[in-house]
Amino acid sequence: MATTISEAEKINKLELTTSPHLHNQWTTKKVMWMVLAALVPSVISAVLFFGVYQLLIITTAVVFAVGTEYIVQTIRKKKLAIVDGSAALTGLLLALTLPPNFSLSATAIGAVVAIGLGKQIFGGLGYNIFNPALVGRAFLQASFPVAITTWSPNSFAVDGVTSATPLAAFKFDKITAGLSQMFFGNTGGSLGETNAMAILAGGIFLIVIGIVNWRIPVSMIIGILVFGTLFYFIDPVKYPTPLFQLLSGGFLFGTFFMATDWVTSPVTNKGMWIFGIGISFVLVVIRLFGGLPEGVMYSILFMNAFVPIINRFTVPKIFGAVKGAAA
Amino acid sequence: MAKHTPLSKEFLKGLWEQNPIFKQVLGMCPTLAVTVSAINGIAMALATTFVLVMASMLISIIRKLIPNQVRIAAYIVIIATFVTIVDLVMKARFPVLSKALGPFIPLIVVNCIILGRQEAFASKNTVFRSILDALGMGSGFFIALITLGGIREIIGSRTFLSYQVLPNAFEPWLIMILPAGAFLTLGLMLGFINMYTDRKKNLEKESLIDQYRNKTKSESAGTVAAQEGI
Repeated sequence: MATTISEAEKINKLELTTSPHLHNQWTTKKVMWMVLAALVPSVISAVLFFGVYQLLIITTAVVFAVGTEYIVQTIRKKKLAIVDGSAALTGLLLALTLPPNFSLSATAIGAVVAIGLGKQIFGGLGYNIFNPALVGRAFLQASFPVAITTWSPNSFAVDGVTSATPLAAFKFDKITAGLSQMFFGNTGGSLGETNAMAILAGGIFLIVIGIVNWRIPVSMIIGILVFGTLFYFIDPVKYPTPLFQLLSGGFLFGTFFMATDWVTSPVTNKGMWIFGIGISFVLVVIRLFGGLPEGVMYSILFMNAFVPIINRFTVPKIFGAVKGAAA
Repeated sequence: MAKHTPLSKEFLKGLWEQNPIFKQVLGMCPTLAVTVSAINGIAMALATTFVLVMASMLISIIRKLIPNQVRIAAYIVIIATFVTIVDLVMKARFPVLSKALGPFIPLIVVNCIILGRQEAFASKNTVFRSILDALGMGSGFFIALITLGGIREIIGSRTFLSYQVLPNAFEPWLIMILPAGAFLTLGLMLGFINMYTDRKKNLEKESLIDQYRNKTKSESAGTVAAQEGI
């Protein structure tokens, strides 16, 4: 009798994981550090445009994200996995979506919520439904709606007073910012979202080394250009140009770093197209008809919720199966 | 029908073991909607407890007169009568609170805690036991609502029962007084309670397994010794 119990214990220690059991050269740790590296241009641009204080925001977010991960994993007696960099990446992504000169205590709250409620409560890395960094930001947006929409002017601003983001300026005052200004990041906005050049540098690097699947960014960009053009042709006075839509707000940052999160995006190629175009559609609707000037965060979170359904309905045909015989 | 359960148990089970919010997860609508502040939670819980106790008492008295086929309708008529009394009294005496709670006072009629207790308890038990049960469930509801309302009020608007408890330096988290805050707070509370009860259950299970192991070990040792003896 005693032997059967110890045998049962041995069997219980067998590690069970679901398929697919694929291997490639990427480990979680390697991927996370690569993405962190891809964010370096955005961090440099944030410091250049908004001042050294932004490094404090980034440090606070990263430290509290990693700390929360450590505490939760200790309490739940799970294997400590903070060195894999996923928590640090969540912290950095969260910090880059915050407005310049944001309060440090609120940043810490956002980082704790991002890891605690956005990720660990579902069971940790790989189990979360929603992008953790965006969960943290959504929490901050709902908690401190005034502080999170207070945009300090950047150090190269022409008049030094203007502090509205291009999207807010367009929505409430019908002022369109220059495209080149937006491309080089010389506008108001969150730390990492203003400089399109820095984002593109990091994003293209990720696509080239194969971490980010090109289908999601491309489908999102096509989507926003198509829907943007559609509304621009309906009423060019009321609605902004499609290129303005593309370069303004957090669209590019969300495209390359938020929507492409491995955990919260579809796994099938067809699913990625649906996911990307869906985000762009929801985003254009929020921007043009919603009460808020910007909606990248909500549109990505919204489509995150559909990922399981998208995966289910875009299962690829089994190779060699007879048409119609299956099902 | 369980007449041998002690009277104290009929009252106490509603506080924790069968707490209507934390264990039975009933009556979510008023729980989530009105707990913006502790005082709202208290008012809601008192109103619900009053209706629950009166309805349980009356239904328990006439439980043998109500035909089985129309019992739900009969319960609802009785419950609605008491809810109307509460609604009118609150409108006359506490107009501010009544306005704050809005439609949720009339909605006590469809609160599933009340109908659930009539169906599960008052229709099968004596008057005294039904009153004790209703009081216990009402108190459990009260505990849940004041905890939830207290947490949301303290973090969401720095006050508790309108007295400021957190310094001005603390910036209130607006999300806590929005509907999302109710879901987050209740979800986290339920999660921690489940974690606690699961842990307790696991400890009990482990101690049972240990007992069993020790027993089998000593038994097998005994048989081996006996065989060697032969």
